[in-house]
Amino acid sequence: MSGGVIDRELIYLDHAATTPMRAEAVTAMQPFLSDVYANPSGSHRFAREARRAIDEARDAVAGVLGCKPGEVVFNGGGTEGDNTAVLGAVRRLESKGLAARAVCSAAEHHAVLHCVGHVRGAVVGTDATGCIDAEQLGLELTRFAAADVVPVVSVMAVNNEVGNVTPIDDVSRVVRRSAPRAVLHTDAVQAACWLDLAPITKVVDLLTLSSHKFGGPKGCGVMFQRDGVDIEPLIFGGGQERDRRSGTHNVAGIVATAAALVATAAERTREVERIGALRVELVAGLTAIGGVSPTISADNSVAGIVHVCIEGIENEALLYLLDEAGLCASAASACASGAMEPSHVLAAMGVPRELARGALRLSLGHTTTRSDIHAAVDIIGTAVARLRAHARA
Amino acid sequence: MKVLVAMSGGVDSSVAAALMQREGHHVVGVTMRLWGGESDTGCCSVSDVDDARRVAQQLGIDHLVFNFTEDFQEKVVDPYVQSHATGVTPNPCIECNRSLKFSRLTERADALGFDAVVTGHHARLVRNAQGEMRVHRGGDAAKDQSYVVHMLTGRELERTLFPVGHMTKTEVRCVAAELGLRTATKPDSQDVCFISTTGGRETFLGHRIPFHAGRVVDTDGHEVGKVDAVELVTIGQRRGIGLYKTEAKRFVVDVDADSHTVIVGTEADLQRTGLALHDMVWAGGAPEAGRYRVQCSAHGKSLPCSVEVVDADRVQVTLDEPHRRIAPGQSAVLFDDTDSYVVAGGLVSAASAWPVSVGATA
Repeated sequence: MSGGVIDRELIYLDHAATTPMRAEAVTAMQPFLSDVYANPSGSHRFAREARRAIDEARDAVAGVLGCKPGEVVFNGGGTEGDNTAVLGAVRRLESKGLAARAVCSAAEHHAVLHCVGHVRGAVVGTDATGCIDAEQLGLELTRFAAADVVPVVSVMAVNNEVGNVTPIDDVSRVVRRSAPRAVLHTDAVQAACWLDLAPITKVVDLLTLSSHKFGGPKGCGVMFQRDGVDIEPLIFGGGQERDRRSGTHNVAGIVATAAALVATAAERTREVERIGALRVELVAGLTAIGGVSPTISADNSVAGIVHVCIEGIENEALLYLLDEAGLCASAASACASGAMEPSHVLAAMGVPRELARGALRLSLGHTTTRSDIHAAVDIIGTAVARLRAHARA
Repeated sequence: MKVLVAMSGGVDSSVAAALMQREGHHVVGVTMRLWGGESDTGCCSVSDVDDARRVAQQLGIDHLVFNFTEDFQEKVVDPYVQSHATGVTPNPCIECNRSLKFSRLTERADALGFDAVVTGHHARLVRNAQGEMRVHRGGDAAKDQSYVVHMLTGRELERTLFPVGHMTKTEVRCVAAELGLRTATKPDSQDVCFISTTGGRETFLGHRIPFHAGRVVDTDGHEVGKVDAVELVTIGQRRGIGLYKTEAKRFVVDVDADSHTVIVGTEADLQRTGLALHDMVWAGGAPEAGRYRVQCSAHGKSLPCSVEVVDADRVQVTLDEPHRRIAPGQSAVLFDDTDSYVVAGGLVSAASAWPVSVGATA
């Protein structure tokens, strides 16, 4: 793979890391990478053309989220959204002289978890399926409310590692009941392809999306910010996005984001069915290898993520063999050096460390085919057999 | 051959990878992430991984990162810390070679279908008349690392390659420069990778084991001073025991961690000819008494000696000339009497040190 050229047929099952851009998005952004180069904040006709593209993109995104266009903020991606939500909400409450405290689940993405840690927030445990312990959350929030502390709660809709769905409407009920003044954010980055976002948007104050997870470009994101929910911006400057996110608009990225989200939403029901069927086949194929256990049951999982723990192997070694055979997959998150870190999600779920060493995530997406699934099962079966034979030797 | 090159991000392993590739092998580079904590010395820093990856990209080979932090903690750092608590001073770099580079990594390389593990060590592997591989001193006497890879034996030696072992450091840097590798002028790493240069050993150990103040006594048992932390005192040390400015030069000749006692003496008190070693690893498998040369530090001079075999694990070394005592826990490596290749290696035993009168002083 020297020189950046991928010289063989790859089986790509790492859509949760990033999914290929949709053709609709690529097409939509093209004019804004060349001819329509104006800054949309300008006051000439050329600027107005770019401005119009952004306004239309905003309407389109609002349509998918079931919210008002004014509640849609375009930003630089999922991490920025998570940071803005957690830090921005806490800081704004504090600047109003209120006591605020961030709260999240132990299985959140690091973009949330590290923000909550940064402002010395509270982390609530999860159950064995990766969902936040609602009872503990309720107790925690009640305690805060009693102490006149306003909680900023962040709970992800779909876990990026294991793929479990957390019913955000249930979380919302707990939050509203226990702490009526709380700000509720959900990281819906991994939900965009698989769940109807409108009912989730309806029950939260803030919601974060990342474009490249649903066929848009990297470095672009969307945040839903409910009218009347006041948070401090992370980035100050020219006051774009109604002062909520300064910086010259990434017009091409915004247009592509909207195109990708609209296309994803339009095909969602069909894709969930198609990918869901592939998921069943994949899980069946993997469990047939033996000593392979799905981490999340089909009932609790999105269609696109299959997470398994494979006994008797180390995933770092497995991933090398899979890569060598042309299968792109992943395990847990990587640190700055590129080394894989033990999964905090599996730790939160109480998966024993020994079993977690054999964690493997295969994530499916709009380009995944049945033959990908069958080839992947073969490759994984061969690699696992090889590693187990060596471990015994 | 399909080979896995351990790339630290330094010039030696960069050139090792380049040479293997030049010879037509299928080369994959790997950087081991070993120390998971804070560090400012290198080895596992992100910028070193960047260097390794950039060299790999330049050569057009795949580059991987393996996370061995848990193993490193368990096999190298924890024993290092625990040893200090008992007055033993191990060499963590040797333990890392023993437990990580030439065991954990080679095992994984095996499982992944590699024929050999390649490193940038300055040592040569030479087959003897009996057809057995031995670790010989590197081509650059000043950079020779046969001491730190002495534990390699048998099958490991057959699956290990040191492509720069015959070269001088200058030659290595020349090759790197010719190839335009970004590591060509990178300075050699010197320090223990997990101990920061700012905090040092004292801070590192201080966060992990309790320090005990101790008495400093002379060889007759008379108290002559005090130290804040017996755990930080090493045999042969002169500074930091409160006696530096005294008239006669005093050295630490022994440390009794149990009774928190440091014994100081003159240079003459430090001199010994006897050296007991344990955990011996013999290159040829079987222990063999005889005339050897013994080396007790990474760049120390080797000393002529006679060796008696005590049992499979232990030997008693008698130096021809007295030498400053070696701290327990350090590695001692036996070379053949021409000082060319490694015959065996082991750890300096605590018992070898100060057979006289310590008991009386405690």
